[in-house]
Amino acid sequence: MATNWTSSEMMAVRASQELKDNEIVFVGIGLPNLACNLARVTHAPNLFMIYESGAVGTVPTRVPVSIGDPTLVTDSLSIASQADIFQLYLQGGLIEVGFLGGAQVDRYGNINTTVIGCYDNPSVRLPGSGGACEIAIHSQRLLIIMRMSPKSFVEKCDYVTSPGHRMVAKHPSKLGQGTRKDWGHPGRGPVKVITDLGVCDFVEGEMVLTEMYPGVTEAQVLSACGWKLKIADKIALAEPPAEASLKLLREKLDPGKLFLG
Amino acid sequence: MFERTRKAKIKDNKICSMNEAVAESIHPGDSLLIDGFTHLICFAAAHEIIRQGIKNLVGIRLTPDLIYDQMLEANCFKKLVFSWAGNPGVGSLHALRRKSEKTSTTRVELEEYTHFAMVARLLAGSANLPFMPLKNFKGSNIVDTNPDIRFIKCPYSGEELATVPALNPDVAVVHCQRADKMGNAQVWGLYGTQKEVAFASSRVIVVAEEIVDTSLLRTDPNRTLVPGILVDHVVHEPWGCHPSYVQGYYDRDNDFYVSWDKISRDPKTYQDYLGEFVFGVKDRNGYVKKMGSNLVERLKAKARMCEGVDYGY
Repeated sequence: MATNWTSSEMMAVRASQELKDNEIVFVGIGLPNLACNLARVTHAPNLFMIYESGAVGTVPTRVPVSIGDPTLVTDSLSIASQADIFQLYLQGGLIEVGFLGGAQVDRYGNINTTVIGCYDNPSVRLPGSGGACEIAIHSQRLLIIMRMSPKSFVEKCDYVTSPGHRMVAKHPSKLGQGTRKDWGHPGRGPVKVITDLGVCDFVEGEMVLTEMYPGVTEAQVLSACGWKLKIADKIALAEPPAEASLKLLREKLDPGKLFLG
Repeated sequence: MFERTRKAKIKDNKICSMNEAVAESIHPGDSLLIDGFTHLICFAAAHEIIRQGIKNLVGIRLTPDLIYDQMLEANCFKKLVFSWAGNPGVGSLHALRRKSEKTSTTRVELEEYTHFAMVARLLAGSANLPFMPLKNFKGSNIVDTNPDIRFIKCPYSGEELATVPALNPDVAVVHCQRADKMGNAQVWGLYGTQKEVAFASSRVIVVAEEIVDTSLLRTDPNRTLVPGILVDHVVHEPWGCHPSYVQGYYDRDNDFYVSWDKISRDPKTYQDYLGEFVFGVKDRNGYVKKMGSNLVERLKAKARMCEGVDYGY
């Protein structure tokens, strides 16, 4: 086992372990992209990757900077229109795993990728939903991958782009403070949060710390969270990343350190 | 009010220059959709619109990308309709941020959806329906910041479904690998929303890397995505998508997308770029020449042929 690794590498490796062989995963940009491609070249060679750009059953030979890179097309199983991707694959219920990150997340797994500050006059304008809102709603299970800090793990998101388990926002929705069950969303919602310090599960819809990386303390995790994070009775210690995985990440999957930088 | 009929656009030869196509079909105040999702984004059209100084456009794209950010910096837009505004895998669109944040001195109007919602709007528009139902949005603030996202009861099950209104742009630009002079366009690789966009829009400009005989297209009809009867103009524009890409022709210029962050962060270097690569050239050919031989060396696609299929009976 390696001793010399960065938190980004650990996040990519840990996230990849959540993916099983033959699963159908909707691959997002950045670290999720890296985690899925790492899983495919290690323990999940038949991971079925779908990108919102329309590439289905992809086998990229270089790390795709964007989710529409030409390497995702060459040798893929099928190319679908975006109408087919969203209507037939996603709304049709085929996606087993969705993967999202964001600027803010709260204890119920609500994610903000739209604005910091108020919507009409934001201090930071972020990219917006893209496919995130519908991925959060339709994926059978959702993995969240985000670095922890009091600014990103917040009591209430400035804006909820992608719904988690329960609507709690600075600006409550006109549709009310419902839960996933009330809304009738087909997917189970967020099941895990992979951070740079450890991993959280959801118990009754709320985030609970269940695992920490080597060298990380409970106090460190608590101070990186904007609310009083619940802690499981027993916290697992994550294995450090395998040398082979690190070698793949560094030499093959992201040699330019675009996502691992 | 949602009924419309369309007249087939039949003309033996619709080929013209980008300059002519833009001047004839894109007018101030139009709603404009230049399609392409990562793939087939026609920067050549955007640069010509900037050069012609066409303003007050409503820019529609799922991903405004660098192409609409450049048009925004050049003051072409009064409004953007979009679902994800970033530089994919890199970061922000800086002109957009400079016109949409607290410290901004000028603002662009934003109308925001999700990708699925944008696709659904185009599906409705292309099928001559007033709206499209979809299962989405509950638990998201998107319903609070976009009043056009509404809900209806399913007349069969009683289930509550979200709806989005049809989208029918005034004018669309669709880039393809090859087309004939009537505008029958063949596309392979990622389709984006090109088919829906062509059917939904009042005027359509097809831009092609190659112009070929109709007889060649007829050997492989499954690959024709946009029929010429929808098309007003056909422009032959090799390398028309750089820094975006065309499968089988040239690679995405990922280095450009990465280096763009620094160029676009500072308004001065941004304007210098537009001055040199947009206003400083006459047309796409001038742009390609300015980029130098290095462009072709770096990005020209390596061949990867597929075996043909048998259409016999």
